[in-house]
Amino acid sequence: MIKSEYFFWLVGAVFLVMAAQMAIDRTNPKRFGSAAFWGLLGAAFFYSTGVVDESLPAEPLGVVVLVLIVLGGFGLTGKGESHTPPREKRAASAARFGNKLFLPALTIPVVAMICATLVKNWKIGGEPVLEPGYETILGLGVGAVAALAVGMVLLRERKVSVPLHSGRNMLESMGWALLLPQLLSVLGSIFQTAGVGDQVGRITEAVLPDGQRLVAVAVYCGGMALFTIVMGNAFAAFPVMTAAIGWPVLIEQMNGNAPAVLAIGMLCGFCGTLVTPMAANFNLVPAALLELKDQYGPIKAQLPTAAALLVCNVVIMALFAF
Amino acid sequence: MIVLLGVLVVILGFATRRNPLLVVGAAGIITGLLGKLSPQEVLASFGNSFASARSVTVFVITLPVIGLLERYGLQEQARTLIGKLGKLTTGRFLTLYLLIRQLTASVGLTSIGGPAQSVRPLIAPMAEAAAEAKAGRPLPQKLREKVRSHASGADTIGVFFGEDCFIAIGSILLITGFVNSTYDQHLEPLHLALWAIPSAICAFLIHGARLLNLDRQLERELAVTAAENDLAAHAGTRTEDAK
Repeated sequence: MIKSEYFFWLVGAVFLVMAAQMAIDRTNPKRFGSAAFWGLLGAAFFYSTGVVDESLPAEPLGVVVLVLIVLGGFGLTGKGESHTPPREKRAASAARFGNKLFLPALTIPVVAMICATLVKNWKIGGEPVLEPGYETILGLGVGAVAALAVGMVLLRERKVSVPLHSGRNMLESMGWALLLPQLLSVLGSIFQTAGVGDQVGRITEAVLPDGQRLVAVAVYCGGMALFTIVMGNAFAAFPVMTAAIGWPVLIEQMNGNAPAVLAIGMLCGFCGTLVTPMAANFNLVPAALLELKDQYGPIKAQLPTAAALLVCNVVIMALFAF
Repeated sequence: MIVLLGVLVVILGFATRRNPLLVVGAAGIITGLLGKLSPQEVLASFGNSFASARSVTVFVITLPVIGLLERYGLQEQARTLIGKLGKLTTGRFLTLYLLIRQLTASVGLTSIGGPAQSVRPLIAPMAEAAAEAKAGRPLPQKLREKVRSHASGADTIGVFFGEDCFIAIGSILLITGFVNSTYDQHLEPLHLALWAIPSAICAFLIHGARLLNLDRQLERELAVTAAENDLAAHAGTRTEDAK
């Protein structure tokens, strides 16, 4: 059986290799900070295996997470010079390979889908090929490896170091932001352990009229959008609103279909992102890039769609999630 | 009740634009301690939830192949494809771009578009050029801003309501990571991605209709400014006469 842990080790190994590349990259003014950040993250992926099966204590991993937060949070990571060839060279290569360039990229979702639907049912000696519950994630790993193979053959690229360097450049330009989603789900769990969800749930139950499903759906969807507008980030709003209403009220109390409630809830947050100046990278940066006098131009263009979509999401959830 | 201060820390932290990692770290520690966990238990819960939320970060595995393809001109090729849509009206062009952006994002290709990658170099100029070709003259400043804003809007809405149909995008993995580690569940990313499809279709219909309507709006406003120009011209000659 292919276990999810193998895949996490692969990801951890990728982080470690890239960290080594960073450590020797003299063009990166903060190369040791960067190498420490991604190297620790890679090591944490391996150590976590022991934490999950309870053979290793969780506290040291907690310390590592806090160190990662400090390294990323205080700007101790940086990026080196990009290895990307100049635009003319890329344009020439695009002209040469044409639409074939899309083929490896499409390999990822196709393989992932096949794994999640067909391979899911395969068994060898009565044992499933892919660890149950992780078929899609494992499909992503298999798909990415297959895509890399297809890409290297197609582009006649012999050196494995080339994709690793390009990937590292992308990793460096995303920086610590890459870790944010995982840390937000960590925060969500801590909220739950400390009883935040229970508290907010109790308040919402007291405020919400009993059994009013449509009202509860509207509060969850509207709350996601509103929190996102305030915080500028649907990822941060999600753990809070889900622990408060999404999970305890909509899913547990009213027997909602969890994937539907949560996926649509997240999209309600995106409606908020469309209209908030707090989400600078999506709304204000484009205005600056396009040299607009009115920096709220994109928000004004998006506002009516965002409002209509929020209503759509409430309706879709109320109709199909229960 | 006092544990709710942790939520407040998150809201204030994000709203005042502190570094998000620090906000999350501080909120986690404060909430844990207020929730009567010992410092050791706080560390353990950081560690345990980090370990069970690793699936959120596994999309990193796609970076080498995407990086390789970009090196060989993936973005340039996407540009060439879009460039072939030349002779459409502004609204139709942006609607088609919206569709392309949604479809490519839904197979994980989120980085081939974006304000810097495609909107500024390509989408905004082409949308403007289409409007000017139809008007037969340069656009007035106000309309130029409107067209550019819509170019950016089509890009953002396209990627937002396309990417969640892909299983390995941050938001989908955040949902599964959060729920699986917090409530001890086994949600599959695929099921979540499927539930993003109805909203994606609504987004296309609503925003597409608005973009098509943009053509009519532009026509109307161009007619108004043209009339104003004529009036101004006539007014000009009349004052000439009066002199």
